[in-house]
Amino acid sequence: MKKFATSLFILTLGLASPVFAQLRLTITQGVTDPIPIAVVPFARAVPADGGMDVAAIIQRDLESSGRFKGMARTDFLTTPTTAAEVDVAGFKQQRNDYVVVGKLTALANGDITVGAELVNVLTGMRMMGQTWTVKSTNLRNAAHRVADAVYEKIIGVRGAFATRIAYVSVDGKPPNQKYQLIVADADGENAQAILTRDRPLMSPAWSPDGAMLAYVSFESRVSSVYVQNIHTTQRSRVSARAGINGAPSWSPDGKKLALTLSGSNGNLDIYLLDLTTQQLTRLTDDPGIDTEANFSPDGSAVYFTSDRPGSPQIYRLGLGGNERPKRVTFTGSYNARPRVSPDGKQLAVLTLDNGAYRIGLQDLASGTLTILSKGRQDESPSFAPNGAMVILAGRDRGQGILQTVSIDGQTSFKLNADAGEVREPVWGPYLK
Amino acid sequence: MKSFLSTAVLVATLALLAGCSGKPPEQPPQPPQQPTGDTSAVDDANAAVDDTATGGPSGELLSKRIIYFDFDKTEIRADSQSVVAAHAQYLAKNPAQKVRLEGHADERGSREYNIGLGERRGQAVRRALLLQGVAEAQLSTVSYGEERPAAAGSDEQAYALNRRVEIVYLK
Repeated sequence: MKKFATSLFILTLGLASPVFAQLRLTITQGVTDPIPIAVVPFARAVPADGGMDVAAIIQRDLESSGRFKGMARTDFLTTPTTAAEVDVAGFKQQRNDYVVVGKLTALANGDITVGAELVNVLTGMRMMGQTWTVKSTNLRNAAHRVADAVYEKIIGVRGAFATRIAYVSVDGKPPNQKYQLIVADADGENAQAILTRDRPLMSPAWSPDGAMLAYVSFESRVSSVYVQNIHTTQRSRVSARAGINGAPSWSPDGKKLALTLSGSNGNLDIYLLDLTTQQLTRLTDDPGIDTEANFSPDGSAVYFTSDRPGSPQIYRLGLGGNERPKRVTFTGSYNARPRVSPDGKQLAVLTLDNGAYRIGLQDLASGTLTILSKGRQDESPSFAPNGAMVILAGRDRGQGILQTVSIDGQTSFKLNADAGEVREPVWGPYLK
Repeated sequence: MKSFLSTAVLVATLALLAGCSGKPPEQPPQPPQQPTGDTSAVDDANAAVDDTATGGPSGELLSKRIIYFDFDKTEIRADSQSVVAAHAQYLAKNPAQKVRLEGHADERGSREYNIGLGERRGQAVRRALLLQGVAEAQLSTVSYGEERPAAAGSDEQAYALNRRVEIVYLK
């Protein structure tokens, strides 16, 4: 009977594809003094809302940041749905700093309008009043958007709750493993498999508009790079050249992919593939391994891994023409897989730190490397689009899991799969 | 909405009838017959890969198809030279026989960089075979990096089994 209920639940959410690994979010570290906030249950739109508890999603988002503590449902003495109805003194007495209230309204065409207001209990001021109109199937996304707005009003940085992540899930024991490319909400919910293969999938990369993923598939036994629309699941193979086809990364204008190609002689170098003209431009030419390119946000340079100095280190290549790669990491014997922060000022890298593989933040102006993660086999860092968090792959009791760490190192949560292992998380862009 | 729900119930019921054994029916997206991009510019060298591995030759050395490597090394160890030499001899005598050299790395470090390390190992075996009289056309390489481990686990024993090149005889 449990199976029946699960299947029904997935289908009523309107998901197209089955899911193996459901993720479970656990907050592993928060600030010592989280901000107390009361997110009051929203006035519902029955039956259009499908029973979704919008306030619970908002509260969970805010708490997952490690910076908020939501008031327990059982502690509510009043349940206002507008700012005007909020008993400021009462909420203050219960030690809240802020109150979020709101209501859902069903429209004639089936869409739902979500209205939300934010009240500062200490000043009595209404800080925010905003509405979002969405299809009923996107109600969860609207809840994440409310959380983004509340987070921004209070913290001063835009939230990244209404964004998506992609990752690879692997089920089964080697050599008989099943690989899936999965897209989910940033909190791990709403997961959909967009591709299932019995040979390795790796290196997913978001297009700047959040509509496409580039990735590497070994489905023909050798590596090829594909580009796939996450909504239609239509895809095209964009590189199947002799040798290695790997490490795709989109240019900020979405028109080009940086790739790693080896040719049949096995020398990995970085190339630029124009997706419109198919024109291929060689960017590096070195007998060492050059791979894992990532564009600077303004598109003027790529950062990449090269072992030309004898061990892997990060280099920067300006794309102005006639430029030489310049080494940018000098701390430690192993720095790889650079990912540039949205403001272009930092790199998240995989670094060898006292015998452990950890995620480090390299400040590009000062050259200082700060260790961010605490595992022994962490890898695959990727910035949230607000630059405040990094998602990475780690290990929990031998299983691959995903986790996030704020760039100040103060907060983190982990996402465990209920089956199999998950890896190679990439955080998608803000969606329009 | 009603028909949608009925479909949901129907599919869920089918899942039940299927014995609760697996996931709901699955429809992974099919690869298009032709990539929708400009195919003319895509080098299809990889498309015609012969998938079919055969038994290949037998014999004390020839039945050994895996060459192991030391940590962070891409040189063929002394204890594997005789195995490589035996395959070289066989392939030189059988110029129609093709093999694929599959390079692998252990799980430590970055995945795409490990693809590079696996490729280097595959190329080391390829060069050794070429030097011993095998024709270039008989050999292809692929690197799986850390993606296809031979042994599970995160210890030295597993790592040593995973740093390898597999010689795969093709039909």
